[in-house]
Amino acid sequence: MASATPRLLSSLFTPLRLTYPIHAIRTSHRSRTLSFLSFNLRRPNGRLRTVSSFASNGTNGMERMGQKDEERYDVIVVGGGHAGCEAALASARLGARTLLLTLNLDRIAWQPCNPAVGGPAKSQLVHEVDALGGEIGKMADRCYLQKRVLNLSKGPAVRALRAQTDKREYAMEMKKVVESNSNLFIREAMVTEVLIGKNDNIQGVRTFFGMDFFAPSVVLTTGTFMSGKIWVGRASMPAGRAGESASLGLTENLQSLGFETDRLKTGTPARVDCRSIDFSGLEPQYGDDEVSWFSFDPECHIEREQMCCYLTRTTSETHKLISDNLNETPTYGGWVDAKGPRYCPSIEDKIVRFRDKESHQIFLEPEGRTVPELYVQGFSTGLPERLQLALLRTLPGLENCVMLRPAYAVEYDFLPAYQCSRSLMTKKIEGLFFSGQINGTTGYEEAAAQGIISGINAARHSERKPLIVLERESSYIGTLIDDLVTKDLREPYRMLTSRSEHRLLLRADNADSRLTPLGREIGLIDDRRWELYQSKQLRIKEEKERLKNVRVSGGEFAAEVTTVSGQPVRDHTTLESILKKPHVQYKLLDKHGFGNENLSRCEKDCVEIDIKYAGFIMRQQSHLQQIVNQEHKRLPEDLDYYSMTTLSHESREKLSKVRPQTIGQASRIGGVSPADITALLIWVESNRRKANQRTQQELLRSGATDNHMAASSPTDSVVQATAI
Amino acid sequence: MASSLIRLLLPWRQPKPHHLFPFSLNPTKTSFLFHLRRCQASTSSPKRLILTQDERSKGSLSTEREAIVGSGTIAAIVTSLGGGPAAVGIVRISGPTAVAVAGQVFRPVKRWKEEGGCVAWRPKSHFVEYGYVLDNDGNVIDEVLAVPMLAPRSYTREDVVELQCHGNDVCLHRVLRACLEAGATLAEPGEFTLRAFLNGRLDLSQAENIARLISAKSAAAADSALAGIQGGFSSLVKSLKIQCIELLTELEARLDFEDELPPLCLPSLIDKISVMQHDLQDALDTANYDKLLQSGLQIAIIGRPNVGKSSLLNAWSKSERAIVTEIAGTTRDLVEANVSIHGIPATLLDTAGIRETDDIVEKIGVKRSEAAALAADVIIMAISAVDGWSERDAKLIEHIVTSQKSANQAMAAPIIAPMILVINKDDCKPKDLLVSFEEICSGLFKKVVRTCALTGAGISELEKAVLEVRGLEPIPSAGRKWTVNQRQFEQLLRAQEAFFRLHTSIEEQLPMDFWTIDLREAALALGQISGDDISEEVLTSIFSKFCIGK
Repeated sequence: MASATPRLLSSLFTPLRLTYPIHAIRTSHRSRTLSFLSFNLRRPNGRLRTVSSFASNGTNGMERMGQKDEERYDVIVVGGGHAGCEAALASARLGARTLLLTLNLDRIAWQPCNPAVGGPAKSQLVHEVDALGGEIGKMADRCYLQKRVLNLSKGPAVRALRAQTDKREYAMEMKKVVESNSNLFIREAMVTEVLIGKNDNIQGVRTFFGMDFFAPSVVLTTGTFMSGKIWVGRASMPAGRAGESASLGLTENLQSLGFETDRLKTGTPARVDCRSIDFSGLEPQYGDDEVSWFSFDPECHIEREQMCCYLTRTTSETHKLISDNLNETPTYGGWVDAKGPRYCPSIEDKIVRFRDKESHQIFLEPEGRTVPELYVQGFSTGLPERLQLALLRTLPGLENCVMLRPAYAVEYDFLPAYQCSRSLMTKKIEGLFFSGQINGTTGYEEAAAQGIISGINAARHSERKPLIVLERESSYIGTLIDDLVTKDLREPYRMLTSRSEHRLLLRADNADSRLTPLGREIGLIDDRRWELYQSKQLRIKEEKERLKNVRVSGGEFAAEVTTVSGQPVRDHTTLESILKKPHVQYKLLDKHGFGNENLSRCEKDCVEIDIKYAGFIMRQQSHLQQIVNQEHKRLPEDLDYYSMTTLSHESREKLSKVRPQTIGQASRIGGVSPADITALLIWVESNRRKANQRTQQELLRSGATDNHMAASSPTDSVVQATAI
Repeated sequence: MASSLIRLLLPWRQPKPHHLFPFSLNPTKTSFLFHLRRCQASTSSPKRLILTQDERSKGSLSTEREAIVGSGTIAAIVTSLGGGPAAVGIVRISGPTAVAVAGQVFRPVKRWKEEGGCVAWRPKSHFVEYGYVLDNDGNVIDEVLAVPMLAPRSYTREDVVELQCHGNDVCLHRVLRACLEAGATLAEPGEFTLRAFLNGRLDLSQAENIARLISAKSAAAADSALAGIQGGFSSLVKSLKIQCIELLTELEARLDFEDELPPLCLPSLIDKISVMQHDLQDALDTANYDKLLQSGLQIAIIGRPNVGKSSLLNAWSKSERAIVTEIAGTTRDLVEANVSIHGIPATLLDTAGIRETDDIVEKIGVKRSEAAALAADVIIMAISAVDGWSERDAKLIEHIVTSQKSANQAMAAPIIAPMILVINKDDCKPKDLLVSFEEICSGLFKKVVRTCALTGAGISELEKAVLEVRGLEPIPSAGRKWTVNQRQFEQLLRAQEAFFRLHTSIEEQLPMDFWTIDLREAALALGQISGDDISEEVLTSIFSKFCIGK
């Protein structure tokens, strides 16, 4: 298949199908028809002009010398969502000349669904991205409308911060950040093709208007845009989001390169005008008095006024309306079969599947400080627009509501992520990376987590540095990516704390001490942040030392500890052992003057957690160590699994498909049994020895002296003996 | 290809030293071979796999040990079983905690006397030590020789301790079980050899043999899985596992979807947990019972010389295993015979008559008799109806009781095997004396049985008495046939340990997240499945049970 020119196969396909005005159609999304002209016609002129200067000199995509130098980058990121922004920023910050291509410059880091960041497991992802030097945490801290800590009393590992964000402000702020990096270039474009070199390596991308951009690393973060199609009731149209055009042609291009694509579905609820709502009877949900932060950078910790969310419930009328019109919904009417996420069911799903539940919670969340829009959380539906307002008006408080945007569902192409390795580089095309919803995830946080890793690796790849892979046990980011590339996922993947086997070790409070040193080594943590980090760790360490040594006897403090914990306090007890008692918090030390004023609140939390749960943490760590010993043995990626007759047929197939990097990853592939893993281990060990034998023979032959052997272990000398 | 070749030639940055990533996969050893290996790994895939470590808890982990494949500690009987009694049988323990496990079950005689057995065992590699193996309750199981072979000078290149026991199946199984209870896992067939190979020992040609063994293993596993489907025991384990998953579902749903679910009713949850703990205990008791059925009872027959112990053994086992003469002190060594008591296998141990003697051989025999009595499940004290209960009998029994007590001194309440008084030679006694016998001995003995070894009279009463004192019921001929194998026992044991910890967590009022850790472990132990499967199962269960979604 090697050819000297970039592959142009897909230019044979013509990438568009427009079906305006909207009416119900049922065609397969794969059957593309040509409508080139209509595309130009419906494009607003203004936007065309932005692109036209380039479009005019890119004649059908052939490389031209003058353009070649100018449009040559180190890294190209396709898509300006949460994955794309993190990827582009990471790459540019690492010094790579980076181009960010997006369909619409005004929609950078847009939050098309829930205007919120964080929540269980997702907040850990945000903290981790921040610890590595990413942006999402800072953004959420800067643009929050309300913040709450969830799971406060359920353990330090599941404690989760959640922020409602101002959607417009968020996009604007992120745009500012993206624009202000001198290594980062932004351009509106629709990428329809990836350009492939003769060694199956990426060379660049081609846009709809015929521009070619060149780079040794390309990150695709297409979100819901690749062949996106939105549905309201039975009506549908090609679109990545309501009001935004889909990206067409790229799917076919990737398919022609041998990638497998599949279809996923997700949805978003209606938005209502907050001025039309009667909040008087609704239960308000306020933010926390004491605000917590996603970012470890104190510069972002600027408190702002918080807004309130409200809680309402579905009523019997809601349920009746839905039951009466079930056949009007895509799932029950039977005209959409793409899989939606289980944890994000539509209101009709909830009502059908949980018939005996009389009412479901619905949250009303503000979308911004300056807009009247309210997000009706928990109320996404596939019903036609004509029924949606009536449905909304069955909710208490919304009896007279005005609907601003209808609920809709979106279907889009994704690439099952087994086609990527854990560096997020595709296995087929060297230098091509996938991130975000294209890999089958959902959620801004999941996207950002993949984005930063692919951005880092894209930059490293362009510099020919070894790629970075975060092991599953190191972080939620690692767990996320490991799950994506190892398991056969066929529904949108959302991060959950229960997906992590060692979540007690992967907490929000230690995200920095787990990942910031890595971020520093990679080059994303600047001197100021590093300085902050180190002094924080030092303070925590010294405080733990202090608590170990300070002893108290009796007094008011001891009395209160006894009341709080229900346990007696012996004389000369260390503060450390007092802190270990149930329900005793660092605050209590503060209250009685035994605290340390030099520590911030979150540093005190760190100290408290380290001391209070030391036993459990140690146990988990030694458990982890066992796993590390067992599972982190590396597997060569070019193993010929089909030739290993000791493996079962099923696992030969699965292993060849996934091509795991470690024994542990291999063991997590469905259908690979423990016996197969042992067979693999044996195979790897025999190969290692054979290779050793060979090199030793060569060494002997080339007259190498025997003194190497002294350093080798006894068994290896057995091998040597047989070799001689 | 070209570009990847170029990359080979270009000097890219080698992974940094390990102060940052003590877990990154590059071994810290700087031997020549390792260096080679590393280069090979890097050329085939230029990637750095990174397992970051929490800087705050740095140093709590040992990183010195090089990656060992199966890093748990395993134990198994490595001598052949079932092929008739051998003189010696060996239980091998291998793995990083082998010494700790052995230290828990093994008490060297010397140190035991000196230090009361409380100090951790610190063996010197390749030095044999003599001592006892104790079970969980501190009972002596067997007297053994322990051979510690510390890494890397061992078969598997891990720390290995071999316990050389008496070559009796019952003894061996008990010793193995004690090791499992002390934290070792049961080795898979061929696992020692596998470890030896993977840790760099054995010849390359042996790899094939191991591979063959492993594929045989998967076939065997399929067989045993099939066998496991039948029988009440596996369904019990299954239902316990399902309950664990249900509890996990309740907890995890609250953790991942906090604001969408009604709050948890903690008291009822705690109730459920204690019910499960109870079920688990029941299952383990059953397992213990079954274990007894499988490994059998050990019955020691003791008594003064020439009261007819050997005749009793012969009559009971319907054999001529023991030499019987009129001469006192004929039996000098232990004589074993296997019998089946209403379907339960039992090993009879005929012992040398216990008396003060100057005969050196007989002296040793007497010592052994006492040791056998220490390890037995049931002690049968034989006296002769002709002599009646004598001072010497009283002395003897007192001696046995005190030595049992001292052997069990580690325990708060020493457990003494139930004793049965057998009045032998029933045919030649004056009848009226019997009543007083029973009065004298009722405190010490659980049962009194009259037998006549010559005619075989009273043997069936004796059998009944044995079952009764051990609380066993005779097995009906076509009755409950399901047995608990070593592996199922281990599963239960691990699950029970997890539940104990869970209980402590609840008592110490730790937050809910900590409960899930041990519940998950219990489910894992019961399921013998991987952690991912548990996560998936729990998630599926959450989504089917709760209405979740925003």
